[in-house]
Amino acid sequence: MSKIHVSTTVNGDEVEFLCDPRETLLDCLRDKLNLTGAKEGCGTGDCGACSVTLDDRLVCSCLVLGAEAEGKTVSTVEGMAEGESLHPLQQKFIEYAALQCGICTPGILVATKALLDKNPDPTESEVRYWLAGNLCRCTGYDKIIRAIMDTAADLREAS
Amino acid sequence: MALDEPKTTDFKYVGTRPDRPDGFDKVTGRAKFGADMSAPGMLHAAILRSPHAHARILSIDTSEAEAMKGVKAVVTRADFSKNVPFESGLSGEFWNILENVMAGEKALYDGHAVAAVAATSALDARDALKLIKVDYEVLPHVTDVDAAMASGAPVLRKGAADSSVPEGLHPNVVRYHESGHGDVEAGFTAADLVIEDSFVTEATHQGYIEPHACLATLGSDGKGELWCTTQGHWHAQKVCAALLDLETSQLRVTASEIGGGFGGKTTVFIEPVALALARKANRSVKLVMNRSEVFRATGPTSSTSMDIKIGMTKDGKITAAKGVFCLQGGAFPGAPCDESAMCAFAPYNLENVLQVGYDVMSNRPKQAAYRAPGSPMAAFAVESVIDELCKKLNLDPIDIRLKNAAHTGSKSSFGPRFDAIGLVETLEAAKAHPHYSAPLKPGQGRGISCGFWFNHGGETAVSLALSEDGTAQISVGTPDIGGSRASMALMAAEELGIPYDHIRCTIADTATLGYNEISHGSRVTYASGLATIKAARDAVEKLCKRAAAKWGIPEEAVKWQDGFAVPSGPNAGDFDPIPLKDLTADMGATGGPIVGHFEASPEGAGVSFATHLVDAEVDPETGKTEILRYTVVQDAGKAIHPTYVEGQYQGGAAQGIGWALNEEYIYGDDGRLQNAGFLDYRIPLASDLPMIDTVIIEVPNPGHPYGVRGVGETSICPPLAAIANAVSAASGVRLRQLPMSPPRIVAALKNQSNG
Repeated sequence: MSKIHVSTTVNGDEVEFLCDPRETLLDCLRDKLNLTGAKEGCGTGDCGACSVTLDDRLVCSCLVLGAEAEGKTVSTVEGMAEGESLHPLQQKFIEYAALQCGICTPGILVATKALLDKNPDPTESEVRYWLAGNLCRCTGYDKIIRAIMDTAADLREAS
Repeated sequence: MALDEPKTTDFKYVGTRPDRPDGFDKVTGRAKFGADMSAPGMLHAAILRSPHAHARILSIDTSEAEAMKGVKAVVTRADFSKNVPFESGLSGEFWNILENVMAGEKALYDGHAVAAVAATSALDARDALKLIKVDYEVLPHVTDVDAAMASGAPVLRKGAADSSVPEGLHPNVVRYHESGHGDVEAGFTAADLVIEDSFVTEATHQGYIEPHACLATLGSDGKGELWCTTQGHWHAQKVCAALLDLETSQLRVTASEIGGGFGGKTTVFIEPVALALARKANRSVKLVMNRSEVFRATGPTSSTSMDIKIGMTKDGKITAAKGVFCLQGGAFPGAPCDESAMCAFAPYNLENVLQVGYDVMSNRPKQAAYRAPGSPMAAFAVESVIDELCKKLNLDPIDIRLKNAAHTGSKSSFGPRFDAIGLVETLEAAKAHPHYSAPLKPGQGRGISCGFWFNHGGETAVSLALSEDGTAQISVGTPDIGGSRASMALMAAEELGIPYDHIRCTIADTATLGYNEISHGSRVTYASGLATIKAARDAVEKLCKRAAAKWGIPEEAVKWQDGFAVPSGPNAGDFDPIPLKDLTADMGATGGPIVGHFEASPEGAGVSFATHLVDAEVDPETGKTEILRYTVVQDAGKAIHPTYVEGQYQGGAAQGIGWALNEEYIYGDDGRLQNAGFLDYRIPLASDLPMIDTVIIEVPNPGHPYGVRGVGETSICPPLAAIANAVSAASGVRLRQLPMSPPRIVAALKNQSNG
């Protein structure tokens, strides 16, 4: 099967790759661009470990074909920090121990950033339902929710 | 192990809550998990799996797959060792693993591996699987534990039963356990009320979000490299070497960051397959499971069928307890029927107790450890009956547990007397907690349960090397599954007297240290922690020697205090204390590198108890249960990093909530797993759970220098029962089958109203 040439922007960088029409955006990020921050936990859009934004829309990159990224803008966990400075969410996740094994963390960070970009003042319930597509098996979510609520409060104060 | 009295006070670093050393990598996406590693010229592999629950493999034709463009190797059972002997029970564990990793004469469950392919791309490998022709003769199958024990059930494999099994039982019963003391029949006669009930629980999966993944390199020279996500890379090394006829030391195994294990990554599934493909293709091979494979072929717990009988006097004294625990362990021996039996009544100080366990094979995947294997199900059954007794006798459930509680020095239900334990303290803290007295609304109910786990020590090797600038690097051999690198660094900081930030802890590969047992049995903070403390003390002794030489006084005249070598007393001489970094700065000239070691099998892992409180509300129309409030009270012995201890408590509770309410393996009549994905096997979501409160009790374990007890597993023991008791209180019906899914609750309510 002949490959498709894709030009896209990932974390602000213009990139190109060739992909099989069947390959997902997640496959392309991981295997062709060496961006292994997004994880494949299920491949069926149930766990959210592969969450990225595509033109500012939160998606499971395992449910998007690589070819669909043509001409679009993709943001992954690798693009969250600015230079040496971690994004406030990243900082708070470490501080609150909002991660144990860390496999779901990239997806949860990307998903949460997308939430706070839309809604800087979410209730706890809104955070819990927004993250209902991001599975974490280690933490019981308690420390994740606390880290997010505290980050949101800090960001509101700073703005 | 003889130890001095544990240090329990005046900690400078232990008990603080610094950031974890792996945090930065994990929030930036640069942490390398199993599937994140690649090698030059690497191939991708895929595994062909049986669609049948039980079938004889008549032939496998791989020729078309081998001829496909891009395919570099195909393996079947013929490519693995022929020198692994079949033996009964757990004696044949290497054979059991081999047979599980790649089917031999029969496919034993839906998802059993039968062949594998390595190709230049993952898509090609997957396509090539379709070209492999397997001729199966489908056989009758059995997936239910009671059915598998019944006469006439299909026999999975003759000769698998070990000598513990009494005569006359079905060949699928492969191990038997019996323990206890006293006279249970006399005890039941002395009771004012005896309740006898039966319980069943379905298999659940550990549900780690990271599927199994590895990268293997192996040449015909017998030397190999393996990178894999595992809880125990020395174990992986040993097993892979045996299954592929390699010398153990010639295979170096490196553990990746591990994306959750919970017991499910204590064995190997794909690693020997990737190595066999790598050897055949003479190329590196990456093999990653998809989620469906994870559900069908790895993990799950045993399903169980249990009969419990408990007698109680009117004033709440338990007079006798008896339990029969039948555990279905998949197509191989190893279901933790002995652990179920031994944990079941462990929280209670009983005069008369008898517990029996059966390990039963069926056409399901080989069960794997899941957090306190066997204990949560047993607690579900036992603590449900105790709850019923309390209700019928109108007794307070905490008071009754306190009245019968095991305590320091009491004889355990499984034999030995307990050393220092903290069950009573957890019950008292639960009773005093505002949660216990908070008002409930109509339709809501409160449940309570105790839980027990043994904890474990095991083979452990640690080395601690000092650097010239006065910092330290620790090499440990237990993969970090819950923040243990931070805990190790805290304990080393305490001993060395240097700041936490000056210590880096690394999970060493198999070439770097002696054998380290798997990260299981809640052993890491206990055993690797003990080893780290001992290694640090070994380094300190060497530091003191260097100081003694500088001062020209005997070694015994130097002691270590808060990061400094100081004269041990006025008679030792009057010298200025020397800080650690001044001793390491010129260590090359004063005797060479300073490295502390510890290698042993610590045996003082203190057992651990927990008490959980939970409030639930049941919607009688839909049968949906909402968890309103949850409090975990557990004895940690000593919390090295309290935040991570809380994390273990919360994680165990959350997994228990899933097990109690939703999670189950569903098999069709055809013996195939019907819900092999996260959509249909639903683990708790953020929107399903409340905050989970924690109370850390610290009753020091005399077997650890700081009193540490493992905390990872006990937290999943009480939730199933606590929630069942809350559901019963909320809805008025007693569910004796897990999970308590909405349809089951609706059916139970309907049955009750029909009388």
